[in-house]
Amino acid sequence: MVSAPTIRPQARRKAQPPATPRKRTKSWSLTAITTVMLIYTLLPLAWLFISATKTQDNLLGSFGLWFHGDFALFDNIGRTFTYQNGIYLRWLGNTVFYVVIGAGGATLLSTLAGYGLAKFAFPGRRAVFALILGAVAVPPTALAIPTFLLFAKAGITDTVWAVIIPSLMVPFSLYLMWTFSRDAVPDEILESARVDGAGEFRIFFKLAVPLLSPGLVTALLFNVVVTWNNLFLPLIMLKDRNLFPITLGIYTWNQQAQTVGGDVVFNLVITGSLLAIVPLIAAFLLLQRYWQSGLAVGSVKQ
Amino acid sequence: MTRRSWIGWQFVAPFLTVFALVFLAPIAYSLYLSLYRTKLIGGTSFVGLENYSKAVEDPQFWSAVGRVSLFLVVQVPIMLLLALLIALAIDSGRLYGSSFFRISIFLPYAVPAVVATLMWGFMYGSQFGLIRYLNDWLGTTLPDPLAPNLVLAAIGNITTWEFVGYNMIILFAALRIVDPSLYEAAAIDGAGQFRIIRAIKLPALRGPLLITTMFSIIGSFQLFTEPVVLKTIAPNAILTYFTPNYYAWQLSVGGQQFNYSATVAVVMGLLTMLVAYLVQARAVRKAV
Repeated sequence: MVSAPTIRPQARRKAQPPATPRKRTKSWSLTAITTVMLIYTLLPLAWLFISATKTQDNLLGSFGLWFHGDFALFDNIGRTFTYQNGIYLRWLGNTVFYVVIGAGGATLLSTLAGYGLAKFAFPGRRAVFALILGAVAVPPTALAIPTFLLFAKAGITDTVWAVIIPSLMVPFSLYLMWTFSRDAVPDEILESARVDGAGEFRIFFKLAVPLLSPGLVTALLFNVVVTWNNLFLPLIMLKDRNLFPITLGIYTWNQQAQTVGGDVVFNLVITGSLLAIVPLIAAFLLLQRYWQSGLAVGSVKQ
Repeated sequence: MTRRSWIGWQFVAPFLTVFALVFLAPIAYSLYLSLYRTKLIGGTSFVGLENYSKAVEDPQFWSAVGRVSLFLVVQVPIMLLLALLIALAIDSGRLYGSSFFRISIFLPYAVPAVVATLMWGFMYGSQFGLIRYLNDWLGTTLPDPLAPNLVLAAIGNITTWEFVGYNMIILFAALRIVDPSLYEAAAIDGAGQFRIIRAIKLPALRGPLLITTMFSIIGSFQLFTEPVVLKTIAPNAILTYFTPNYYAWQLSVGGQQFNYSATVAVVMGLLTMLVAYLVQARAVRKAV
């Protein structure tokens, strides 16, 4: 590729020169054209919110992009949490559990490994590298069916492990943490800590992790999104409704409408969907500073 | 790079253990399964490459591959072109409220594919969809996006909505670190906006564009969630062999044909890697 400008993560967070000089006059026509894209982006989300305020009957009988009848949002939320003995809350709890263990574990493992690959010249390092770079090209979904077949043979499908174990490996997150470790953790600091007699893991947790925090937050956020949003893995692995994450639960509620005699609960599908996206959207909005700089480093610096 | 010792292995070992368990082992097991066949009478026997020759002649498998290839050729360029145009527009510094645009257009990435598909599916749909109201108001009969011949385009729109902002952010991030002195030099030369885009910005985007293309190729070949969820809204438009992943899933879960399912997964994994590799070979050459 064309020589990508190399920058240190901590350096670029401080001073971001405006890419094109900021004194440019603003353009109404360009703003208007880009607004078309903005409307396209926000329209479905507006539809989701408006629809979540309608009762099942009004949902079917009114225009989707405007409010109609009673404002039933809170009623819908209440019914979402109590429908089928409150299973939604259980699904929400499962998702949080899978995210904490799966995405948290994935971030920890890839930070350790990324740091190890960046800071130690151990025998076999190049082979490990080649293996993992090759794995980045193999998407998790391509592995889902083979993993299912293996787990079925081992008899651990339909357990929480079937969802958690595959979530623990995210090659891209390792790649991100390798880049960060290489650039944000100066060798001199590590050397002087070693001279002082500190152990390697102590150095890692006390010195490296704080320096790696922008990258860590980025990797964690994206691992959380992948785990929170995953449907394929739980869909093929789980049969027990009590183990479902929220995505799979919403999917089965919607499926009820297709089954003969199934309870049609589109209003709960919609309200459940709205509730499921609020935490992640909030996380992205609150952590903007981190993931934007983190993504820049991870994706641009090849 | 500091220490030449085995201590590095202690940092890498936990990741590699999981890697072996959910990457190497499933691939090895699938390769093994793909060489056997299980019959009701006679049990399991070694059949060599018979499952592979079956896949090569399987019209359902190729129909699925053809569908995702068409999807790849049409949807990916549209999505990446849109992402590029938005990134350039935001980076130009000529937008009012540019950070609002940037964040808002990225937000769909945070929405689960299940929810994205349900939203669009309902909006497309005849029950309480927007198409019905458009027809009522305009007196038109717009085609049903969930009809079998249009459903692939309908899915293309959903994935574009989900990922255009993500790709835009990656491209935008690359534009932000272009050396400002290049722009100053261009200004002295009296270069216009379009000349700056062609001479400075597009060359700076070549690497990131390759990466986003690679991810998009992988995503297209592995399409699964959107058709599976859309089937709960439009059961007749989505076939059980709609995409290769869908087909492999149906074979194993619905048909109990584990050996053949493994074969389909292996062939599709190889195809994906091959195409992704051809693109990636240029992008990552300098990484190590």
